[in-house]
Amino acid sequence: MFALFVIAPMADGAWISLFRWDGVTSGTWVGLGNYRAAFEDAAVRTAFGHSLVLILFYAVLPVAVALSLTGLLVHSRVRGVAAVRTLIFLPQVLAAVVVGVAWRWLYDPEGPINQALAKVGLGSLQHSWLGDLSTALPAVGVIGSWITTGLCLVLFMAGAQRIPPARYEAARVDGAGPVREFFAVTLPGLRNELAVALSLTVIAALRAFDIIYVTTKGGPGDATTVPSLLIYTRAFVTGQVGSAAAIGAIMGVLILTLVVLITRLIEERP
Amino acid sequence: MTAGGMERAVTYAVLALFSVLAVTPILVILLAALHPPGALLTGVELPHTLSLSTFRFAWDTGGFGRLMASSLLVSAAVVVLTTLLCIPAGYAFGTMQFPGATPIFYVMLAGMVVPFESLIVPLYYTFRDAGLTDTYWALILPQTGLSISFGTFWMRAFFRSVPAELADAARVDGASSWRVLWRVLVPIGRPAILTMVVLVFMWTWNEFLLALVMISDQTHRTAPLGLSTFQSRYGVDVPSVSAAAVLVAVPVVIVYLLTQRHFLRGMLAGSIRG
Repeated sequence: MFALFVIAPMADGAWISLFRWDGVTSGTWVGLGNYRAAFEDAAVRTAFGHSLVLILFYAVLPVAVALSLTGLLVHSRVRGVAAVRTLIFLPQVLAAVVVGVAWRWLYDPEGPINQALAKVGLGSLQHSWLGDLSTALPAVGVIGSWITTGLCLVLFMAGAQRIPPARYEAARVDGAGPVREFFAVTLPGLRNELAVALSLTVIAALRAFDIIYVTTKGGPGDATTVPSLLIYTRAFVTGQVGSAAAIGAIMGVLILTLVVLITRLIEERP
Repeated sequence: MTAGGMERAVTYAVLALFSVLAVTPILVILLAALHPPGALLTGVELPHTLSLSTFRFAWDTGGFGRLMASSLLVSAAVVVLTTLLCIPAGYAFGTMQFPGATPIFYVMLAGMVVPFESLIVPLYYTFRDAGLTDTYWALILPQTGLSISFGTFWMRAFFRSVPAELADAARVDGASSWRVLWRVLVPIGRPAILTMVVLVFMWTWNEFLLALVMISDQTHRTAPLGLSTFQSRYGVDVPSVSAAAVLVAVPVVIVYLLTQRHFLRGMLAGSIRG
């Protein structure tokens, strides 16, 4: 009986490693040359560059906004938060394809955002948000911010509730102002939540396939091309399977490294 | 006191602002879906007559009955498989020492963060060689594989939190490990298991890339894939596309609203996949 419990997880491990092993074999099909080509490929570099911009919108901005709000509001114990939490979290639940369809209409030249701009007298700012080379990538990024900000806010506010009030009193006795209090008490108290939020949002930014596929398909030109989209088009449209597999492996390693880094940097300090 | 009241007012204002920001795009799409099919919209407009005909149109022309059935079947299968595999796996990782436990567990954790985007190429060729593309298995098996890592991690955390005395007491009464697990621990763990079920259901229902790559025939397509196809065919018909999007979102939103307590706890407890 005891063996059964050992074998079951072993089988699960083998199941997972099967996929991992798959990843490695397709890498070896084509040799390391594919990786070198990927690193030298301007399109791949551009795509990862776009990922960096998306990380700004998906991860950095929402985390910063949510953190400062939490710091600001940390002393108010409000009721009725549960209902608000349900709403704020909603974007996280929807299928990315649904989100993409919704925002495509919001950004449409005839869509609600341009209409709102005209209403408040900013009609000169109207344009095709997703069709314009200069705004397409930030526009996609804003969708990401919309998805992840609620997640960060919910995470941090829940975390802040768990910080013992005694720590704030101690800080006040030491004469700390609101800013010092934030850095001395709130921020360290949210360490775990911060690690989780950053990991989740950075992963979301690096993946970002569904939304881009539905809204821009990487265009206009290559303005919103990201690695996941390159993987898809190269493997299943243009027949550069080896290259696609290499990009996939690079992306997997990159995500793993980033998550480990984030967790190490933030969590393991005493 | 007034300072506290002021702060509370600011808090409410901020929370209200973010709620509005979160909900507005959803309301906009709902509103667009209430217009008749094919209507040309300019921004946010109130429909002249209130009718649900667009939902019917989208349901029929997009074939969403079949799409939803496919998605439901795949999601149910993934949820059942994941639950059955992760409960014993989490139990073993959480309560037992066995050779290689730590390395295997780390491999599992890696599985939580590595996305389909990285695995999709080898996955596709493996399944194609096995003749499994355009079958539900091509969706169920990989999705279960990835869900297992989260599920095992999640159930391990639960089994660690259960006091060991409980299992010991049952064991003294002569129960085997297997019996202790299913008769004693699983009933206590129902909330944790429910959380896992809800999260896995949602991830499976929403998964797009896997279906896009694995499925090319009509019969096995899932709801998100159907929505994407519907959009590329009827792209200019904003009301119909919006209605289709709402249809695809509804099941997950219902599940979310019914189980949000469990759901949020799962996310808050530090699930890495998302």
